[in-house]
Amino acid sequence: MKFFNSLAALVVLGTTAVTPVASAATLDDVMKKGFIQCGVSQGLPGFSNPDEKGNWTGIDIDVCRAVAAAVFGDASQVKYTPLSAKVRFTALQSGEIDMLSRNTTWTLTRDTSLGLNFAGVNYYDGQGFMVPKKLGVESAKELDGAAVCTNLGTTTELNMSDYFAANKMKYTPVVFEKADEVVAAYDAGRCDVYTTDRSGLAAQRLKMKDPDAHMVLPETISKEPLGPVVRHGDDQWLDIVKWTLFAMIEAEEQGITSKNVDDKLKSDNPATKRLLGVEGDMGEKLGLSNKWVYNIVKQVGNYGESFDEHVGPNTPLKLTRGVNALWNKGGLMYPMPIR
Amino acid sequence: MNNSDPALFGSAPPKPSIWNDPFYRSLFFQFSAFVVVVLLGKYLFDNTTENMARQGIASGFGFMGSVSGFDVTSSLVKYSASSTYGQAFLVGLLNTLLVSAVSIFLATMIGFMVGIARLSSNWLIAKMATVYIEVLRNIPLLLQIFFWYFAVLRPLPSPRQSLDLFDMVFVNNRGLYLPAPVFDDLAIWLLIAVVVAIALIIFLTRWAKRKQDETGETFPLFLTSVSLLIGLPLLALLATGFPVHWEMPVLQGFNFRGGLTLIPEFVALTLALSTYTAAFIAEVVRAGIQAVPKGQTEAANALGLRSGVILRQVVIPQAMRVIVPPLTNQYLNLTKNSSLAAAIAYPDLVLIFAGTVLMQTGQAVEIIFITMAVYLLISLSIALFMNWYNKRMMLVER
Repeated sequence: MKFFNSLAALVVLGTTAVTPVASAATLDDVMKKGFIQCGVSQGLPGFSNPDEKGNWTGIDIDVCRAVAAAVFGDASQVKYTPLSAKVRFTALQSGEIDMLSRNTTWTLTRDTSLGLNFAGVNYYDGQGFMVPKKLGVESAKELDGAAVCTNLGTTTELNMSDYFAANKMKYTPVVFEKADEVVAAYDAGRCDVYTTDRSGLAAQRLKMKDPDAHMVLPETISKEPLGPVVRHGDDQWLDIVKWTLFAMIEAEEQGITSKNVDDKLKSDNPATKRLLGVEGDMGEKLGLSNKWVYNIVKQVGNYGESFDEHVGPNTPLKLTRGVNALWNKGGLMYPMPIR
Repeated sequence: MNNSDPALFGSAPPKPSIWNDPFYRSLFFQFSAFVVVVLLGKYLFDNTTENMARQGIASGFGFMGSVSGFDVTSSLVKYSASSTYGQAFLVGLLNTLLVSAVSIFLATMIGFMVGIARLSSNWLIAKMATVYIEVLRNIPLLLQIFFWYFAVLRPLPSPRQSLDLFDMVFVNNRGLYLPAPVFDDLAIWLLIAVVVAIALIIFLTRWAKRKQDETGETFPLFLTSVSLLIGLPLLALLATGFPVHWEMPVLQGFNFRGGLTLIPEFVALTLALSTYTAAFIAEVVRAGIQAVPKGQTEAANALGLRSGVILRQVVIPQAMRVIVPPLTNQYLNLTKNSSLAAAIAYPDLVLIFAGTVLMQTGQAVEIIFITMAVYLLISLSIALFMNWYNKRMMLVER
């Protein structure tokens, strides 16, 4: 099934004509076809998930939309390719998608030998365990001998192996290709434990028959910095995606929201003027229009707005900002200076 | 064809020019086609390597020796997270071979039974076989796999409420737990006894056939074989004082430990593959039997043979010639279909190697290439064996 998808991607890799510009100018390709092809998950509430009307929403989707707003001045110029964890990198390598925004963990191996570049972090996460409440387990240290359901082709598989080995515990991994199948099998009682990123646990729990019958254990066993990914070797495109993300965070830091952005155009603050393109040529340096940040914030919102709308305390996921708060509010979100 | 023998034609016909000679012509076109294929292959290969190098994607087969770092659900060989990717490949390959072999065996059994049942003169049996075939072969296999997986999984209790049989066999939603035999050193005699029994059976079969050919007398071969196969090892056990004890599965913590475990993924996949393929095999068997001329059965009837003997000795041997080639196809399909295992977490070659290993190393080109080569090799081996068997079954003309 997915096997053939990767096969098709390989054929693309084999037949893409060898021309120096083919991989070097994603921006030109994107401009020519008029939209951005964005690789997303097959449905992870809060991150990338189609709503009742079939529109994709989530904080990963907002990154795609922000890039489209920066490039075209229109956040709707995006097409989405839902990808399983297994085929996501091949799809990016082969040029099937222009960028990947699919709760993907930044690791050394992926950054180097896969021929990819990570453009930043839009959610700092960590791996956790979920168990049915009736199991009566309070800590991950009590999981010796458990059967653990998880997704194929993720850092999760490696982390849990490390964790159980380090704590001298035995376990049985049960590994599925699709997240929905993991949830279904866990819900059917195939496993004692479901493990993935904590945000993913909060999201997938909503799909279960009785979400309240399950609890997430207190331990976080890994660092999972999730962020957008582009192909290696196209520095301009990497810059665009990277600074789009920074711009969303910077906008939050300066208090610019989708509602007050028009007022902020009249601001006297030089940093705000620079950011919104009233002064300076920040956009042109990236090969974009100087109104790029205005478009991002106006159409998509700043990072905080995106977070609150899709995964924050008032959403079904009920995630707090935690380490994802701004750097000056005790978190890790630290945009590089836009100047 | 060389028709230029002067003795036949008096004088040699004019030799055509090299351009018009069909021999050189076909040689030329075949050679050009060959060159085009090779060049195309080289173009694709160079292009892929070039593109990969430019994007900085790792290549080569060196990864097979690196430490894998992940665990698997079940393995026929010793495997842990500190094993290499090469060993992970072996685990996946053996699991694929295991599920294929077991399913081929079961599918053949069920298929022959249903195929013969469909020709039964009993209305109910024949219709039941028809319904079985039509339902199973017309529903996509993937759905059947999901059906068996969740149908097997959902109704079963959790480990602490396991269903048990004499406190030896346990069933729960983690799998089927059986006592495992543990052999002591003396158990080598058991193995020897089995080997001797098999050798005796082969010898007896030949002897009985020769006796029947010469004198027409039959020998109760089946009963003798069964008693040999059970009796000899039993004797060996008695003589050596039962050098076998049983390791019982024991509930410990979350689940049972010890004993033999059949994981639900394996059970579900085996059930789905064998019942699905059996529907096709049943039709192949029916076609084969119906291809045997009715006169053969009538002649055997006229000779006074009983209907069981007619089926076994007259109809099936002739039907086999028609059955074996399409049966080979079904075996190949089944083996390739086993790659759907990835959907229900059965750790086969596609899930472990073309799944986890591919993801961890990112070397898609090499891994997909190896995976395809392995399936090709398995399929060709099955085809080779079945061709050999087909040759043996062919009608020997006298």
